[in-house]
Amino acid sequence: MGLALLLVIWLITFASTYFFIAKTWWFPVGYSAAAAAIDHQFTVTFILMGIVFVLAQGALGLFAWRYRDRGDAHPVQYSHGNITLEVIWTALTAVLFIGLNLAGSPIWAAERFEPAHPGSVPVEVTGMQFAWYFRYPGADGKYGATNPKLIDPSSGNEAAIGLDTSDPAAKDDVVTGTMYLPVNREVDLTLRAVDVIHSFFVPNMRFKQDAVPGLAIRMHFTPIAVGDYEIACAELCGLGHYKMHGMVKVVSQDDYDKWLAAREAAK
Amino acid sequence: MATLSPTVTLKDLKTGHGGGIVPPPKTGGGGDGGGNGAPDYGGRLRRARLGLIVALTPIIMLFVAFTSAYIFRQGLPTLDAAGKAYIRDWMTVNLPIALLMVNTSLLLVSSITMEFARRQITRQAALAPVRSIPGISIGEERGFPWLYLTVVLGIGFLVGQWFAWQELGARGFYLATSPSSSFVYLLTGAHAVHLIGGIFALLYAAATSLLHRPVEARRIVVDVTAWYWHFMALLWIYVFALLVLAR
Amino acid sequence: MSTHAPVHVHAAPQGFIRKYIFSLDHKVIGLQYYFLALTSVFIGMFLSLLMRVHLIWPQAVLPLVGDIKPENYLAFVTMHGTIMVFFVLTTAPQGGFGNYILPIQIGAPDMAFPVLNMLSFWTTFVGFVALIAAFFVSGGAPLHGWTGYAPLSALQSAGPGQGLGADLWITSIAIFCIASLMGALNFITTTLDLRAKGMKLMRMPLTVWAWFITAILGLLAFGVLLSAGILLLLDRNLGTSFYVPLVVVNGQVMGHKGGSPLLWQHLFWFFGHPEVYIAILPGMGVTSQVLSTFARKPIFGYKAMVYALMGIGLLGFMVWGHHMFMSGMSPYSAFAFSLMTMAIGVPSAIKTFNWLGTLYKARIRFHTPMLYAIGFVSLFVSGGLSGPFLAQPVLDIPLHDTAFVPAHFHLIMGVAAIFGIFAATYYWFPKMFGRMMNESLGRIHFWITLVGTYAIFMPMHYLGLAGQPRRYSQFTEVAYLHNLIPLNKFITYAAIITISAQLIFLFNLFWSMWKGAKASDNPWEATTLEWTTATPPPHDNFGGHTPVVNHGPYEYSVPGAPRDYIMQNDPATASTH
Repeated sequence: MGLALLLVIWLITFASTYFFIAKTWWFPVGYSAAAAAIDHQFTVTFILMGIVFVLAQGALGLFAWRYRDRGDAHPVQYSHGNITLEVIWTALTAVLFIGLNLAGSPIWAAERFEPAHPGSVPVEVTGMQFAWYFRYPGADGKYGATNPKLIDPSSGNEAAIGLDTSDPAAKDDVVTGTMYLPVNREVDLTLRAVDVIHSFFVPNMRFKQDAVPGLAIRMHFTPIAVGDYEIACAELCGLGHYKMHGMVKVVSQDDYDKWLAAREAAK
Repeated sequence: MATLSPTVTLKDLKTGHGGGIVPPPKTGGGGDGGGNGAPDYGGRLRRARLGLIVALTPIIMLFVAFTSAYIFRQGLPTLDAAGKAYIRDWMTVNLPIALLMVNTSLLLVSSITMEFARRQITRQAALAPVRSIPGISIGEERGFPWLYLTVVLGIGFLVGQWFAWQELGARGFYLATSPSSSFVYLLTGAHAVHLIGGIFALLYAAATSLLHRPVEARRIVVDVTAWYWHFMALLWIYVFALLVLAR
Repeated sequence: MSTHAPVHVHAAPQGFIRKYIFSLDHKVIGLQYYFLALTSVFIGMFLSLLMRVHLIWPQAVLPLVGDIKPENYLAFVTMHGTIMVFFVLTTAPQGGFGNYILPIQIGAPDMAFPVLNMLSFWTTFVGFVALIAAFFVSGGAPLHGWTGYAPLSALQSAGPGQGLGADLWITSIAIFCIASLMGALNFITTTLDLRAKGMKLMRMPLTVWAWFITAILGLLAFGVLLSAGILLLLDRNLGTSFYVPLVVVNGQVMGHKGGSPLLWQHLFWFFGHPEVYIAILPGMGVTSQVLSTFARKPIFGYKAMVYALMGIGLLGFMVWGHHMFMSGMSPYSAFAFSLMTMAIGVPSAIKTFNWLGTLYKARIRFHTPMLYAIGFVSLFVSGGLSGPFLAQPVLDIPLHDTAFVPAHFHLIMGVAAIFGIFAATYYWFPKMFGRMMNESLGRIHFWITLVGTYAIFMPMHYLGLAGQPRRYSQFTEVAYLHNLIPLNKFITYAAIITISAQLIFLFNLFWSMWKGAKASDNPWEATTLEWTTATPPPHDNFGGHTPVVNHGPYEYSVPGAPRDYIMQNDPATASTH
């Protein structure tokens, strides 16, 4: 039985670790400026935790087999513990865990403590049951007013977010169902929600933030490669949660300008 | 199914019936290992008081949670209807302070009467073994009905709170009128619910007297209820102070 | 500190109702909790089976249930979580085994307040009925998840099941809070006041410490959940705006203004995090108890284990914000919470090292309880080590609300804690029912469950890394999820096999009650007080002879002793422990 435990525990450990190392299922490629740092912190954590995992499971399996009752008079080590050992492994664990945390903190600070830089592209993302809408403030750089009473989800775009065209600042606002972004420019994101909590999750950008009703949350990220990247809602928002997805299209600055101009003209 | 509780004669165990002839009080505190039939009321009182302290903890946590929600909500900015700016929508409630002060006095006086009731029955319980010695007479047991007076005052407080709610409504502050009014009803309502529990405890204490339970056992009920009652008074002062000072 | 005063022990009850229905005997009440949890776990597992099957075959029409629409799937998600967390993991380890064993292990004839104990079980039962009723009302069970985030949970029109079903859900939870608080009161008072002579605090078995500290956690946490629930009921039904700001649902402007969805999260998780420690601590206590018994060695570092339990309990109240890193909460708070969260990994690691230390140079007997205890350690390591990923906010960005999170908490709560319940069942079954459970069936059950649960939950980590979000009722609409469906299939097959294998346990449990080999008073040659008394224990636990304790709880293989265990009440040489 001890041998069986050793074999099964070691096998499970080996199999789990194998699929992690082989990256059979892994993060999608990160195409944002922050992705490299986030992925690096993940790798460091993963290696350290992986070592602990293998050692701990290995020891468990080994002890289960090695110290099985063999029916002989082999003496048991009567011991109530070892203070020195306790102190050592407590200190090591504390250093490891706290150290890991502190190592990752500068990345968090860069992502979240500071606002977007001047000159970044402003986009407002609004989540509602069960679609994402994106608003560009236009030439005046200001988002116009929205009015809850004007919200009509079935009409899409401007009506879905309740754009109040009586506000002059709203006249040049462009609302779309697909998010266009110019490559290599920071995005100054404002996240809003109309009904319940949603979460704006773009795996390729290593970006996630809940969109909370009653709040306008300012975030930023910088896409660094042209392409189409899927958005998935990452906070349970009702029966359509599984199909509340969208698309981020990162294009060249030229293409972005052309697209925006075309949408402005169409208003 | 295997027997869960086979019948066992429990000759050596306490059965809790203290009626009949009771020997003079022992000088030692607890530990009735010898089976002389006298329940250890001292130990049971300590246990009941310990239980009360433990029970008060979650009540305190409930009001700590309400308080943090109150403070959090008071300072909370929310996006305005146009989605452009953050506003704070905390509206000061026009509390009927005078009426609430009257209620507070009722409750504080009821705490005093409760304390008299507690001391009264403590004396009676201490004298009970003496009283049962044949040939001793120490006079009538009936004293001032402090317990019943406490019940009356407690009900008076609750009625007064009801009037305060009516007055709040008359001033335009209902449960859902504003976040601040919601908290007024929430905090005073939660306190009232717990006080009603205290009144049931008092009625139970009164019932044990009518049912002729041994006075030492009744003393434990009254004692624990009394401390609970004092706690309710302190809690009310806290709630009142919070609503007035942190408007 | 204990008064050693005898509890006002009621005479042995007569009549079926007094003996089995409204019993005041902690042993009967413990079994009532256990069987409630057993019923609940099979309901919860059935729901998860439906969920896994639907994910792979979304169009399937199933027997009994029919076709599963997205709202049905989410109702299953919600009820599965609620039933498992409350009516299994907070019921069996604490209400079940705690009630049955704690008084005996400290040498007491019953809990401090037997009537309150009886009431706490029946209140729990009422809560259970209220919850299950949600399936049968118009609109069905709620779809907002066991975490019930507002405004989704606060708006009756936010989805099917969010009407009466959601009201029943929160009412059931409120009732459960009250029941748990009553239970916690009893556990704490009993542990402090009813210990037998010689049962010093530092001689209590680690199971008692675990139940005691768990009760303290519950005492402090459930009041806050109750407050959250009261505010939710008010928002849902009386128009208040604690949690709901100005929102528009389906084009309708709701009448709320200014509330904060984050308030619900703070209040809920202030309870929710200690709750997961409530779910695991008793299992840790049982693991320590069982490892020591079957290793024939004292637990390594008893005092450190006690302090680690306390440390986990205390720190458990300071980490709730790690559920809210992506919520819109201040990033500075996030940093503070993440530091505390990494800190709580330390006492957990200490416990793991000490369990390994207990096995080191031991003499291990592989009875079924021991298999489960060893399994607990393995699963706790696996589930625990994914914690440091989620504890770092910057790594939480890609991982929050993906399958990585249920992988983490299922390995710990959904498997390790369950292994704690299995270990306790196989271990104490002889004492409770006077018969042994079948070892062969126990082994088969163990192996299938160990391998099966790893097969279910290890792959979920990979799905999380690949970005699979939680609580999706199907994976057909989001393109990047399509090539994750094969791995999801594998998980579903593993789940079908593992869930089916639990029937072996069920059979073993009931069959052994009637047909199991008769058990002696101390079949495991263990040291703690429950093994000193008759099997099953008499009504007052010790037949009138209150034990006097002379030894610590884990005096195995003491050099020079006549046999390899010294029972706690052994009158021979009082030890230094």
